[in-house]
Amino acid sequence: MRISWSRLGRASLVLVPLGFLTVFYAYPVLSILLTGLVRDGSPDLSPFRAVLTSAPLLGVVWFTLWQAVVSTLLTMIAAMPVAYVFARYRFAGKRLLSALLTVPFVMPTVVVATAFLALLGSSSPFGINLNRTIWIILAAHVFYNVAVVVRTVGGLWSHLDPRMEAAARSLGATRWQAFRTVTLPLLRPALAAAAAIVFLFTFTSFGVILILGGLTYATLEVEIYRQTVVFLNLPVAAALAIVQLAGVSVILWLYGRYQRRREVELSLMPAESVAQRPSTWRQRLVVGSVAAYIGVVAVLPLGILVARSFDTGGSGPFTFYRTLTDGSGSTAFVSPLEAIGNSLWIAGLATIIALVVGMAAAAVVAYRTGRASRSFDLLLMLPLGTSAVTIGFGMLVALDWPIDLRAHVILIPLAHALVAIPFVVRLSVPVMRAVRPQLRESAAVLGASPARIWREIDLPIAARALGVSAGFAFAISLGEFGATSFIARPDTPTLPIAIFRLLGRPGTLNFGQALALSTILMALTAAVILLVDRLRLGDVGEF
Amino acid sequence: MPARTPLGKARTRLAALAGALALFVSACSTSGPDTLTLLAHSSFAISQSTLDAFTEETGVTVEIIDGGDAGAMLAQAILTKDNPIADVIFGVDNTFLSRGVAEEITIPYVAPALGDLHPFTRLDPTNRFTPIDYGDVCLQYVNDGSLDPSTLFQDPDGSRLVVIDPSTDSPGLAFLLATIAAFPETWQEYWADLRDEGVLVVPGWEEAYYGEFAGASDGDRTVVVSYGSSPAAEVVFAAEPIDEPATGIVEESCFRQVEFAGILAGTDSREAAERFVDFMLTPRFQEDIPLNMFVFPALIGAELPRVFTDHATVADQPLTVEPAVIAENRDRWIDEWTAIVLR
Repeated sequence: MRISWSRLGRASLVLVPLGFLTVFYAYPVLSILLTGLVRDGSPDLSPFRAVLTSAPLLGVVWFTLWQAVVSTLLTMIAAMPVAYVFARYRFAGKRLLSALLTVPFVMPTVVVATAFLALLGSSSPFGINLNRTIWIILAAHVFYNVAVVVRTVGGLWSHLDPRMEAAARSLGATRWQAFRTVTLPLLRPALAAAAAIVFLFTFTSFGVILILGGLTYATLEVEIYRQTVVFLNLPVAAALAIVQLAGVSVILWLYGRYQRRREVELSLMPAESVAQRPSTWRQRLVVGSVAAYIGVVAVLPLGILVARSFDTGGSGPFTFYRTLTDGSGSTAFVSPLEAIGNSLWIAGLATIIALVVGMAAAAVVAYRTGRASRSFDLLLMLPLGTSAVTIGFGMLVALDWPIDLRAHVILIPLAHALVAIPFVVRLSVPVMRAVRPQLRESAAVLGASPARIWREIDLPIAARALGVSAGFAFAISLGEFGATSFIARPDTPTLPIAIFRLLGRPGTLNFGQALALSTILMALTAAVILLVDRLRLGDVGEF
Repeated sequence: MPARTPLGKARTRLAALAGALALFVSACSTSGPDTLTLLAHSSFAISQSTLDAFTEETGVTVEIIDGGDAGAMLAQAILTKDNPIADVIFGVDNTFLSRGVAEEITIPYVAPALGDLHPFTRLDPTNRFTPIDYGDVCLQYVNDGSLDPSTLFQDPDGSRLVVIDPSTDSPGLAFLLATIAAFPETWQEYWADLRDEGVLVVPGWEEAYYGEFAGASDGDRTVVVSYGSSPAAEVVFAAEPIDEPATGIVEESCFRQVEFAGILAGTDSREAAERFVDFMLTPRFQEDIPLNMFVFPALIGAELPRVFTDHATVADQPLTVEPAVIAENRDRWIDEWTAIVLR
């Protein structure tokens, strides 16, 4: 009896994520691609020829690729010192800084663009005008994604035993040698995971490119949007989407190969005992400069937005906030404040879906070896690298049977979960893999049932990953704009949608309210991340 | 053997879960016989009290689906025309009209009030789309005395101007059409000159107005492609009450946009849909349009709010291009424009 339970449990570990992805990702995407590429019942491949023989479109493909590679490299370089300091030191305000660093990740592009133009545009206080250059695009990509690397890599780093490096040092290695030969190899799985995620994000970048890059620069994502929405040229849009998917698949395959060769079993330590207070001047300097660096990279652009939301030109600093509630200038029928409520319940639901599906998938990936499990792992990442336009319009074409979900509010959390699941998996797998199989074997020898082993050994460990994943999933949903804006939705605006609507109308009050809502979104995100980080600390003690 | 094996138990649980999900989903979708679904673009807005009046009159509740911008919304309607997601569509404009007509997403309907609308709004002889409102896309400038509005359209200075990409946002397309209507032979040179003088191109109205226009941002561009009603909005949505807007409109640059509603083919609430289109043409709805959407009512004689008569511009002789001509040439014009200005 117990055996059939555990078999069923194991089967559902595979079936839940597989079913979810089939219904809400593969089926919609295939539907829209076939709508574009099947004419009168027979496949029509001429759009591919159109794409591959058009110099502008090939230019788009090339630009998409190289800007993603450069953005990923720059993000990794920018994030490593921060990840190091967060992993190795304890200091006042660390959690706040870490939360602030994560806030950009969820800010809507329209709003971030305003801040970037204020800092690096024609009226820059530093006298640097990068407007409509590749540099402002790269800077924005780093700004957005630094948190992904800090959290993924820092998460693992903070549990690595510092004595390993100390041992290398005592054997005569320099600081750099010790890092390169001891720590770096151990960090590689997390580094590769972070790089893969950042690459997928920048490869499919839409808003940043469109707004900051002007029109000289276009990614595949921007071109798919133009072909679908402006020209209604579904065949070419489908061909471009397939080129995009192919590019993403190649990267994921490379990542998969790399990851396979780098699997190491780690002995992890509680983060508490790894991190120490900076004691020497040198250490204080390192911590201080990283804090200052975060101030410039993350807090300054955000601070400008906050400051402007209070800058009403003399009618009292809270005008924009007050008018959010009294309905003056409220967009459409929904008060901007209602958008906060919508955002919260949608993010809550999206988090639950992403955790259920993502943790099941992570368990499969972490505990099963073999080709199937590895392909499954990569398959899970695919939605991140798929055009939001393709997914949004695909859902519209496909999801009308057996229940018509096309214009159903449930589609919003489902779409958000689709974006969040890869994060849940990436954050959880390394932690789950780190459980030594001997622990489980000894428990089995001592007579524990598989269910009990799972409950008493795997679950407490998974719970740690759960906390981080939940925070990220929630934050992703709070800030998600792309997919949300491409699905037909009943009038339940989330915060980013409400901000976008306010920005769509002239008048200082509308602009100010948009900034006020952005500030609320920032505060909300920071609060969620702080809360989750606090919860997580409780769990580490069990380790 | 116990009657309920763990497998059976799990099955029961699964079934219960599926049932609960189905229940939740059906509880959330309120579309019943007394509900009418309106697919509209993101800029659609009207007072809740106006919609309530329709419900009181007919017993029909209106659900709104936000379809994104006008282009995305129309694409959604076309992709779902065999099984529409709504009963009525609102927000197809004259630049997209021909696409909507050609795809036959809506059914012909002659609203009784059609004869009471401004004749220039009646652009669809097939009556698949009913005009609801109109407005002008115009050049807007900082009115501080330094610019001479009479030269701004005829002989513009590209270094002062920020325009919008016609392939990503509808005011951008409207202004391109304005230049084509005004300079049918020389519009390519017009744009080549603007490019040489350093005209700034941005993807959307938001980025132009709040990002680059000196009249509303830190930007240094003193002329922007915007709406004839923008100065009125500036007064209505001022953080500090103001009497006069600080910007003006170049009237001769104005391109007329008309927005339409239509009854989606395949609706199962045709009668309610017709009543709603009729309702959209009543004075109550029409007079509620200006302060919600900052466009003008299509109904002749609909009263305008004071701030509109004072500060909103509607050109006497707007620039226009026939919808059929737009449909035929749109993609080519956009490609040509892109080649001239961006490459």
